[in-house]
Amino acid sequence: MALPLRYSFRNVLIRWRSTFATVLGIALVVFVFVLLQSLAAGIEKSSGNTGDPRNIMIVRKGSTAESASLISRENLREIQYFEEIARNDRGEPIISADVLVLVNLPRSDGSGEANVLLRGVSPRGVELRPQVRLVAGRWFTPGKREIVVSSRMANRFANFGIGQSFKAGTANFIVVGWLDGGGSAFDSECWMDADECRSVFERDLYSSFLVRPVDESAATKFLERIEADRRFKLKAEKEVEYYRKQTMTAAPIKWLGGFLAIMMSVGAVFAAMNTMYASIGARTREIGTLRVLGFRRRSVVLALLIEGALLALIGGIVGCGVAYLWNGYTTATMGFETFSEIVFEFTVTPRLMAEGLIFAVLVGLLGSFLPSVRASRLPVIAALKSV
Amino acid sequence: MSVPNIVTIRELSKEYRQGEINVTALNNVSLDIAQGEFLTLMGPSGSGKSTLLHIIAGIDRPTRGVCRVQDIDLTKLDESGLADWRNQNVGFVFQTFNLIPVLTAFENVELPLLLTRLNAKRRREQVNTALELVGLAERQKHLPRQLSGGQEQRVAIARALVTDPKLIVADEPTGNLDSNSAQEVLGILQMLSRQIGKTVIMVTHDPKAAAFGSRSIHLEKGELTN
Ligand SMILES: Nc1ncnc2c1ncn2[C@@H]1O[C@H](COP(=O)(O)OP(=O)(O)OP(=O)(O)O)[C@@H](O)[C@H]1O
Ligand SMILES: [Mg+2]
Repeated sequence: MALPLRYSFRNVLIRWRSTFATVLGIALVVFVFVLLQSLAAGIEKSSGNTGDPRNIMIVRKGSTAESASLISRENLREIQYFEEIARNDRGEPIISADVLVLVNLPRSDGSGEANVLLRGVSPRGVELRPQVRLVAGRWFTPGKREIVVSSRMANRFANFGIGQSFKAGTANFIVVGWLDGGGSAFDSECWMDADECRSVFERDLYSSFLVRPVDESAATKFLERIEADRRFKLKAEKEVEYYRKQTMTAAPIKWLGGFLAIMMSVGAVFAAMNTMYASIGARTREIGTLRVLGFRRRSVVLALLIEGALLALIGGIVGCGVAYLWNGYTTATMGFETFSEIVFEFTVTPRLMAEGLIFAVLVGLLGSFLPSVRASRLPVIAALKSV
Repeated sequence: MSVPNIVTIRELSKEYRQGEINVTALNNVSLDIAQGEFLTLMGPSGSGKSTLLHIIAGIDRPTRGVCRVQDIDLTKLDESGLADWRNQNVGFVFQTFNLIPVLTAFENVELPLLLTRLNAKRRREQVNTALELVGLAERQKHLPRQLSGGQEQRVAIARALVTDPKLIVADEPTGNLDSNSAQEVLGILQMLSRQIGKTVIMVTHDPKAAAFGSRSIHLEKGELTN
């Protein structure tokens, strides 16, 4: 039978002064690992969960992104009368022709400027995107130079407060509201009236259409119709499908996180090994005594491995705990498609925390393996005679 | 004599090789120890007392000769066999007490029982009995560092007898104690042999301690004298 768990546990706690540095080291490794992975998770989430499964998105054939797509007004005039498109209670077809413009705006901290994605949205555009909610102020009035900015960008850019105004292109815009995209790509956008946007930025063309078909079979027919009509040169696909393809890959960050964690964990393993050698070395006679009482080598090894794992687990819990403080914290990066600012949240998932803890335990086991085996190899009599 | 022998030692030798030189710790020792005896082992430093005790307790092996305890030839047991045998048949008392610092008195005494099939309730009963026997029932929850040296040694004795072994061996158990505590400890060992019928083998330098025993033998340069 094994030694009681409390033996391992109390040995970790009683030597907390000497193990403190090791616990801290392991905490740091786990912290870096969890934080970078949560960053990657946040980036992937920022565009991945955008879109309504009922909506269809139309862009120019050959354009990989909405912002690089151009669609003529004639196309809008024709398509809006397609009978596959649902109508609202006023009998208007539910289609939004949007214009996307990149504007360069000064940051609030004075550290320079960054690109912001400005969406000129037709009246139906807001209804088509129910996940976008107004959290402060009001929506823009069509025909006016009013703008609703993302609440998550509000403190990142100068003059984004409600009632404030800023210059973009040749015009001055007044901020009338804050929107919340619910963790979608719209969190990185500012919205205004589509026609006003086209006139201010002298755009004759639209960027994309967003359409709500009557039902599922109408959607299929609509997709086929756009695809089949050679005149349009347009590509139609489900909105969710479009955004899934836009999902930014966070592979480099994941890779960096893994690499850093592995490099740092080598150090942590040696720190744990050092701590365990010292702790076990001071207990040689105690280990000899346990063996005199009848405990086997493997019981001793097991108790010492558990001790190392517990030590590391404490570090892991600390690391995860500190990383969790960042959960939901909004930050931004530059999108690769539009070079505009993409806001996202650190997303510390339970899975990531579990991975961090498992990682810590592995470090602890690895670090205590050699010291434990060496201690158990010593003959009972030699262990007893040590001072 | 009708009392059976518990320990039978025949032509036992132990040599240590230290580089080129051979150190003879025990030389051709033959000895019988009867059940219920309180045997004291005396002799100058380096005469082989501890070595003999370790061999009888199954934590060291002789170079030559036979050591039988309760008709079991210890030289025939492998390492895990010896570990099990020690757990069930000997209680060991050290000069330096050797309690586990992170465990309470109760947990220390319970340790050997964790290797048996006894359930928690039976273990508790046996630990309580052992602690009562050494007069420390009230100190169960204390850690070793909260006990005096004499109390620590009494806990160690409780640990040695909790599995109810026939044989209790003690290597200078009073070596680190003041004379009052030493008297207590020796009294307990004597009581164990006289009233409960345990066989006690004790190494000591102190003739006054040896006086508690029922028989005394002397080692000199690895050989039994007188
Ligand atoms: N591991 C060892 N390697 C070499 N020699 C040893 C070893 N252990 C014991 N000896 C030698 O064996 C002899 C007997 O040692 P032992 O420890 O049995 O003596 P002792 O009678 O218990 O002495 P003390 O009263 O000082 O405890 C000594 O000469 C000692 O140096
Ligand atoms: Mg000795």
